[in-house]
Amino acid sequence: MAATTETVEQVRAVTEQKYKYGFTTDIESDVAPKGLNEDTVRFISAKKEEPEWLLEWRLKAFRAWQEMEEPHHWAKLSYPPIDYQDAHYYAAPKMKARPKSLDEVDPELLKTYEKLGIPLREQEILAGVEGSEGRSPAVAVDAVFDSVSVATTFKAKLEEMGIIFCAISEAVHKCPELVQKYLGSVVPYTDNFYATLNSAVFTDGSFVYIPKGVRCPMELSTYFRINQANTGQFERTLIIADEGAYVSYLEGCTAPQRDENQLHAAVVELVTLDDAQIKYSTVQNWYPGNEEGVGGIYNFVTKRGACRGKNSKISWTQVETGSAITWKYPSCILQGDNSVGEFYSVAITNNLQQADTGTKMIHIGKNTRSTIVSKGISAGRAQQTYRGLVKILPKAEGARNHTQCDSLLIGDQCGAHTVPYIESRNRTARIEHEATTAKISEDQLFYCRQRGLSEEDAVSLIVNGFCKEVLKELPMEFAVEAQKLVGISLEGSVG
Amino acid sequence: MIEIKNLHATVDGKEILKGINLTIRPGEVHAIMGPNGSGKSTLSYVLAGREGYEITKGSVVYFGQDLLAMEPEERAAAGVFLAFQYPVEIPGVANTTFLKSALNAIRKQRGEQELDAMQFLKLVREKTKSLNMTDEMLKRAVNVGFSGGEKKRNETLQMAVLQPRFAILDETDSGLDIDALKIVAEGVNALRSPERAMLVITHYQRLLDYIVPDYVHVLAHGKIQRSGGKELALELEKNGYAEFGVNEAA
Ligand SMILES: Nc1ncnc2c1ncn2[C@@H]1O[C@H](COP(=O)(O)OP(=O)(O)OP(=O)(O)O)[C@@H](O)[C@H]1O
Ligand SMILES: [Mg+2]
Repeated sequence: MAATTETVEQVRAVTEQKYKYGFTTDIESDVAPKGLNEDTVRFISAKKEEPEWLLEWRLKAFRAWQEMEEPHHWAKLSYPPIDYQDAHYYAAPKMKARPKSLDEVDPELLKTYEKLGIPLREQEILAGVEGSEGRSPAVAVDAVFDSVSVATTFKAKLEEMGIIFCAISEAVHKCPELVQKYLGSVVPYTDNFYATLNSAVFTDGSFVYIPKGVRCPMELSTYFRINQANTGQFERTLIIADEGAYVSYLEGCTAPQRDENQLHAAVVELVTLDDAQIKYSTVQNWYPGNEEGVGGIYNFVTKRGACRGKNSKISWTQVETGSAITWKYPSCILQGDNSVGEFYSVAITNNLQQADTGTKMIHIGKNTRSTIVSKGISAGRAQQTYRGLVKILPKAEGARNHTQCDSLLIGDQCGAHTVPYIESRNRTARIEHEATTAKISEDQLFYCRQRGLSEEDAVSLIVNGFCKEVLKELPMEFAVEAQKLVGISLEGSVG
Repeated sequence: MIEIKNLHATVDGKEILKGINLTIRPGEVHAIMGPNGSGKSTLSYVLAGREGYEITKGSVVYFGQDLLAMEPEERAAAGVFLAFQYPVEIPGVANTTFLKSALNAIRKQRGEQELDAMQFLKLVREKTKSLNMTDEMLKRAVNVGFSGGEKKRNETLQMAVLQPRFAILDETDSGLDIDALKIVAEGVNALRSPERAMLVITHYQRLLDYIVPDYVHVLAHGKIQRSGGKELALELEKNGYAEFGVNEAA
């Protein structure tokens, strides 16, 4: 709340630089040859020294993918066909072996994360915590650079509590039985075009396991960075909260400014057992392309959580400001009785960005509840669609859903569309849907400016107010970042 | 302090201000009265820099500067404050957040140090208390769900925090109950000083019992028809605007 003024000020500082994360890191990389075939899949698997079962799984996915068609027809997105043979499917900064400590990590890489404001040195993070008198808990970070995880902080401290937080490629060796049990159990390898592609060629990502009854004492965070040109990023995240466990997980991402489009097709799977809870927050700030729509990330992501246990809860919070194209529907499968699914979303599209995003809430168990709050902001010539499914299965006695879907338009060349799908097969279910569309009024802008705010700061303030219900769901540190982003991404949208 | 000369303004091609002349010196309080639709709010919007008004003739000089050439936020930083006749709602933005952003934006434009959270809170608490407002109202979204009187009180609070040099109060008294009227008037009087000036737009002589003006002007048909001392307000209260060719009931 108090952060707004600082935010507004930082926004000003940052807008002058436009997309400030657009730099590239000059580093020697290990890159797979361009193209996609079974050998590419084998190459990746071999690089990761994977067990046979995983290679088999990848190959099954690859064969399935070859039979699939790209989902062009239903989403409200338009882009030229992607040539899947014209990309690299593996790129890794050259390292001898997986670094044992930060001292072994290439200084160029460390510098990159420093520039991005991502703390990788534990002592620095801890120092920061001391300074703020323990107000903000420390954040453990897994840093993924192109296709590999380069560093994970606070691992030892977390291990003491039985928490596993590491790169998924590492988890495959460290706790194969967990990975084998849960990988693909929420998003099967046949799920959809992009998820299937991901299953075949995923390179790295984070793995989290929180054991029974453990409340993870700090935020866990992954920071994704695409650096290499012409490289797709296919990361895979798997988070399991065992009975009674709790974890809050943050995901952030940026990419250099490049004229060609880069593909990002991630899969995230979440599993909660009885009484467990996962809070998953994303601030997505991939390079959106320039004002004319040149370049930018194609973000085709499959995120799904399964509330397997009773009284469990999965909460998705996302702030989507980046990418040229966003195709993303974080979903909850509410299997356990009394389980709860939440989806809080802010999506901002400016210039020529396109977003087709929303959620799916599948109610299976009794008395399952879901809440959807979606705030869409469109400016410039951007197009945005909220697409949401609420499905109540016959056994979901007493299921409830509340959906609130608000759109804010800035200017008159952009569009906002709301497409709710509701399927109820249980008569005791209660489903509520509210939708509004508004514009920033001249009156509001003038009122703010009369009080001394510049037009841009006024827009930022008004939009932050519009998104407040969602932003307040984010962990503190992230909320400030997100507020800044809201202002930055709307730069040049008025006047 | 401010010199308005032969000011003409049109909205959507319709001339509303038809040659306003008005000079206000530091320390003075001027009241403007006049029938509905005579152009009082239009004058205040033009002075504050709202878009949509075309200035066809005339000038406004404020501390030697061409006021009409300045952006609204620059005018705010230069000390121009408008208490709106119809304060605007900003959903989701807490009153304190709004106030702090505004105050610091102004301080920044002036090259002054911004206030940190603690300093600001102290200041705003003090002002809130003096206006008999609750802290709860500070946490609520700007003007959202506020009663008519609460909105006007909120405008006064903003004025008290921003400490303008030239304040325009557009019917800040309407909608206030009798006690609130006194409190708001006290708030306004507390701001009176030899460096500050005010333009108070009102329909009621009653307000002027509390905020005693140095001059009263009658605005009708887009022009100042008559100016006088505070006794002019009493006379208007008795006789209405008939002598200016206006049927008051209209
Ligand atoms: N956008 C507009 N288009 C056309 N006419 C307008 C517009 N805005 C204001 N007017 C007209 O300008 C005239 C002056 O309006 P203004 O609000 O300044 O009156 P006022 O003196 O403040 O009245 P009141 O005492 O009712 O507040 C009115 O006749 C009003 O209808
Ligand atoms: Mg008026």
